[in-house]
Amino acid sequence: MQRYSLFKLLQHSLSHHKNWQAAWRNPDPASEYDVVIVGGGGHGLASAYYLAKEHGVKRIAVIEKGWLGGGNTGRNTTVIRSNYLRDDSARLYEHALQLWEGLSRELNYNVMFSQRGLINLAHSHHEMSTLLQRHYAMIENGIESEILNMKQLQKWLPNANLTGSARYPVVGGIVQRRGGTARHDAVAWGYARSADALGVDIIQQCEVQDLIVTNNEIKGVETTKGTIKAGKVLLCAAGHSGHLTKMAGLDLPMVSVPLQALVSEPMKPCMDTIINDSTVHAYISQSDKGELVIGASNDQYLSYAQRGSWEVNEETLQSILELYPVFSRVKMMRHWAGVVDITPDRSPLMGLCDVKGLYIDGGWGTGGFKATPGAGHLMADTVANDKAHPLVSPFGLDRFKTGRLIDEGAASGVH
Amino acid sequence: MLLIECPFCGAREEHEFHYGGQAHIIRPEDPEQVDDKTWAEYQYYRKNTLGLQAERWQHSFGCGQWFNALRCSQTHQFKAVYKMGETAPEDRK
Repeated sequence: MQRYSLFKLLQHSLSHHKNWQAAWRNPDPASEYDVVIVGGGGHGLASAYYLAKEHGVKRIAVIEKGWLGGGNTGRNTTVIRSNYLRDDSARLYEHALQLWEGLSRELNYNVMFSQRGLINLAHSHHEMSTLLQRHYAMIENGIESEILNMKQLQKWLPNANLTGSARYPVVGGIVQRRGGTARHDAVAWGYARSADALGVDIIQQCEVQDLIVTNNEIKGVETTKGTIKAGKVLLCAAGHSGHLTKMAGLDLPMVSVPLQALVSEPMKPCMDTIINDSTVHAYISQSDKGELVIGASNDQYLSYAQRGSWEVNEETLQSILELYPVFSRVKMMRHWAGVVDITPDRSPLMGLCDVKGLYIDGGWGTGGFKATPGAGHLMADTVANDKAHPLVSPFGLDRFKTGRLIDEGAASGVH
Repeated sequence: MLLIECPFCGAREEHEFHYGGQAHIIRPEDPEQVDDKTWAEYQYYRKNTLGLQAERWQHSFGCGQWFNALRCSQTHQFKAVYKMGETAPEDRK
């Protein structure tokens, strides 16, 4: 792998940047691999990278039906945080956040991780109590969090309508200063480049059509580019996870729905933090390019269409204007949807399946991007050892049988 | 926005409706007697069909009635609506 550096940049400027090495190869699939990963988004590519780097697995393929990072990795609002209520989730997301903090250096690829702080707002005494419960739970789990009074909030959010004249006046909030955003494409590309350098075959435009299972053991996958044998198969297919496991005869406790997002025209910097507001449902930040990045609610119905209903966007913008009347004349530029797989308790499904050699990393619902390095790191460990990592084991499928659900309805941020 | 045909009121806009998820899920007759796996499947596991799914909708801001629909999860197109207690029309599947 050609390392990126200032020196290299200067060197290549002499040849008008025409001789950079391709970031990854574009190989045809081999007939057999040790591990096949289905889904070339952040989670799949990160899993491949850590499997190759930390567990020395030699023959790995990542199979992607479209293009790298073209699914939910490229469709989210890029928010990264670990402000979760339950101990299991706090550990999981904090593990990911710590990996984010060193990721650009680790991958020699600038993922533009910007820890600009994430604020949760409360509009009533009761909502503030709920936030404080989460705040103190975070502190107990060793994750920093701060309470913000109205005076502090005015400093953080000078453009917001924080007066008592609002329909639902803001009464306070909490902030996680280490929360932030990252450039989603760079995450996929950075992991792809580093994984490729370690010998991982990244195969795009290749759709998995069937999982080959004999005697309850995975043997490989049937794809549009032929049969690929595999000792182990890891599914990192987000909204399509349930569709894939059905090929092995397994249903999953999840429903796939569209989650929409939209961005405005670029503007001068006016918001240097991220706001998550559950009452009016405003999830908003400003990108480095100056666009307002807005996360909407999910649509209510089952869908695999990567588009949703217009009314969801209208409602979202109404909510944003409650908090930010100054944005009333901002034009929206693009909107889109991703298919998210939502579980009953809003926590992911990770670990082993009833089929030997088949692993799942799904059910991330509306918040999978923030977990990308952590999920990849832990799933690589789980796949390599055929045993759920201690941070992963609470998130297994058996929790729906035992009733030990990990309810993160409030912390998931989207409803 | 979807235009949904309520079997009682006719075609109305989506925001008048509430989605009820997969239809025809049968509650185990005697919940005390079933094992945890069966109960979990009833409670949490859904077909999540890619393609045509039978599902429930409620015309919550209209007549308030529940009804069933056959809808495609890839195109969002409604192929049929039918009343509660009825089975999905075979010819529309």
